[in-house]
Amino acid sequence: MKSSVIVFPGSNCDRDVAVALEKLQFKNSMIWHKETELPKSDLIVVPGGFSYGDYLRSGAIAAKSNILSEVINAGKKGALILGICNGFQILIECGLLQGALLRNSGLKFISKDILVKVQSNKNKFFNKYKIGDVLKLNIAHNEGNYFTDEKHLEELENNELIPLKYCDQKGNIDLKTNPNGSINNIAAIFNKNKNILGMMPHPERMADKILSGEDGLGLFLSLMN
Amino acid sequence: MKFAVTVTLKKDVLDPQGKVVGQTVKNMGIKDLKQIRQGKFFEIEMNEKDSVKAEAQVKEMCEKLLANQIIEDFKIKKAE
Repeated sequence: MKSSVIVFPGSNCDRDVAVALEKLQFKNSMIWHKETELPKSDLIVVPGGFSYGDYLRSGAIAAKSNILSEVINAGKKGALILGICNGFQILIECGLLQGALLRNSGLKFISKDILVKVQSNKNKFFNKYKIGDVLKLNIAHNEGNYFTDEKHLEELENNELIPLKYCDQKGNIDLKTNPNGSINNIAAIFNKNKNILGMMPHPERMADKILSGEDGLGLFLSLMN
Repeated sequence: MKFAVTVTLKKDVLDPQGKVVGQTVKNMGIKDLKQIRQGKFFEIEMNEKDSVKAEAQVKEMCEKLLANQIIEDFKIKKAE
């Protein structure tokens, strides 16, 4: 499998995700945002961080960079795209995913381990998990409060386009287990064709047993399936 | 030609910063405050002399970059 990780000024999870991919023998390339051509890749990752210092809105400037038009073209042709944290914000700003990521309802930057429940696994990203699996992942964001209109929310809910929701240890999904005010406890969404995934939690931070845990590893393993 | 653009969160979208600023204003003893909404302000100077053409380009900027129309509204005002 060939992968490309896009790097912006201010990206800071690019190396972590590359390490996770290379551990699983992905042939990975790091692609600087000024590039105008994307190498042929089975997977494109838009990593977390603070691209352009979050100027204007998180992800807004990165969404207009050279390489993003290539990413958009590839996504429309069906390439697998994974946006993590700031990457999710960028995918929303460039229109590959619908909705918006607002400031956390508690007004604070949140950096902590949280639990999410797997809601769908008939897709390229979560086929190694079982529905109902509770995963420990890490979040670190200021704007992770997902919001969308009722019609789109219904579409997401009815078509298995919400693979992860925040929950507690028993898998309860409610306001108490919602860290950032995200509508319906949404932690991740797909586009209609399920080839583009945006998620606020960081799977690459849970890809090593010794360092933190490996609940995120299944996502990368799923992609190889 | 100069323009002033303000971008604010739509009415239905929670504006936590505005809320906190409003609460602080009340705590300072200014009791008659009804509401504060926080937004962004852009001073824009265009080379284009024709005001209709210039404004059309400012509008394009707003729609494509300055505002996220899912959650924000923008207002364009000619500054001169």
